[in-house]
Amino acid sequence: MKLLVNGRSEEFPKEGATVLELLQHKGILPQTVVVELNGTVLKRDCWGEALLKEGDRVEILRFVGGG
Amino acid sequence: MKDLSCDFLEIGGQKLKSRLFLGTGKFSSNRLIPEAVKASGAQVVTVALRRVDPGFEEENIASYVPKECILMPNTSGARNAAEAVRIARLAREAGCGNWVKIEVITDNRYLLPDNYETIKATEILASEGFVVLPYVSPDLTVARKLVEAGAAAVMPLGAPIGSNRGLRTKELVRILVEEIPLPVIVDAGLGRPSEAAEAMEMGVAAVLVNTAIATAGDPVAMARAFGLAVEAGRLAYLAGPGEVVEYARASSPLTGFLREE
Repeated sequence: MKLLVNGRSEEFPKEGATVLELLQHKGILPQTVVVELNGTVLKRDCWGEALLKEGDRVEILRFVGGG
Repeated sequence: MKDLSCDFLEIGGQKLKSRLFLGTGKFSSNRLIPEAVKASGAQVVTVALRRVDPGFEEENIASYVPKECILMPNTSGARNAAEAVRIARLAREAGCGNWVKIEVITDNRYLLPDNYETIKATEILASEGFVVLPYVSPDLTVARKLVEAGAAAVMPLGAPIGSNRGLRTKELVRILVEEIPLPVIVDAGLGRPSEAAEAMEMGVAAVLVNTAIATAGDPVAMARAFGLAVEAGRLAYLAGPGEVVEYARASSPLTGFLREE
């Protein structure tokens, strides 16, 4: 299925994957990031159940240095 | 004698001993951050939120900030109130508390904040229980609206972000200190410890420093220097500086001179 991840269109091999699976697929440690799905903040404890579908917009963010 | 042992800055229900807030951008190595935090004495530390680049192994900056510090994410990158609100909500979900520095900027040359959008974002986020510290151009009317909107402090700039130009907005900041019943925190532009002390001497509640420390030759030593300057300035404010006058007033007695006649 096609997803829009951090503004980039990507093909994810598995249909109906969870957000947690997407993070694992990308090699991102879940505890270091926050996730927004289609413009809404996704609570951390929902990542294992939140199913992704074709065309979903996913934002994955982390803290960086800033003033 | 007055001292700083019982002098606390209260914001968002927290009693802070340190009046120096530290930003974490531009350090040559993340490893310098915990050392700079320690040397400065800072208890409030700012971070930014950015998209993860999976191809590039990045570290989570929050892991370099000592656990006892309050993490204050900024909304840098936001160009309007809605984007600032979105970033703040995401940052809160990261699980490091409910403090947020509102930063809404559309001007790329001077990075001056959009006060109007900042007020709107402050109102929304304060109503959602955030401790909101808005970064603004110093303006009395704007600051009053921020008070009404539920801000926890007002953070006027001293000079453009990262410019190290000092307290160029002194007169306007002075008016805010006098008129606004919230902590006034000078954020941005302070380049030297003396400028931080200058701000503190006039009754500013705290200062936020990033570039001046992070880009110094020895950032940890500069962090310490700023910490000392902020304490010195605060103590001078509490001590009550003497009157400024036009002409000389002798400090030594004007009688009993040893003279020829």
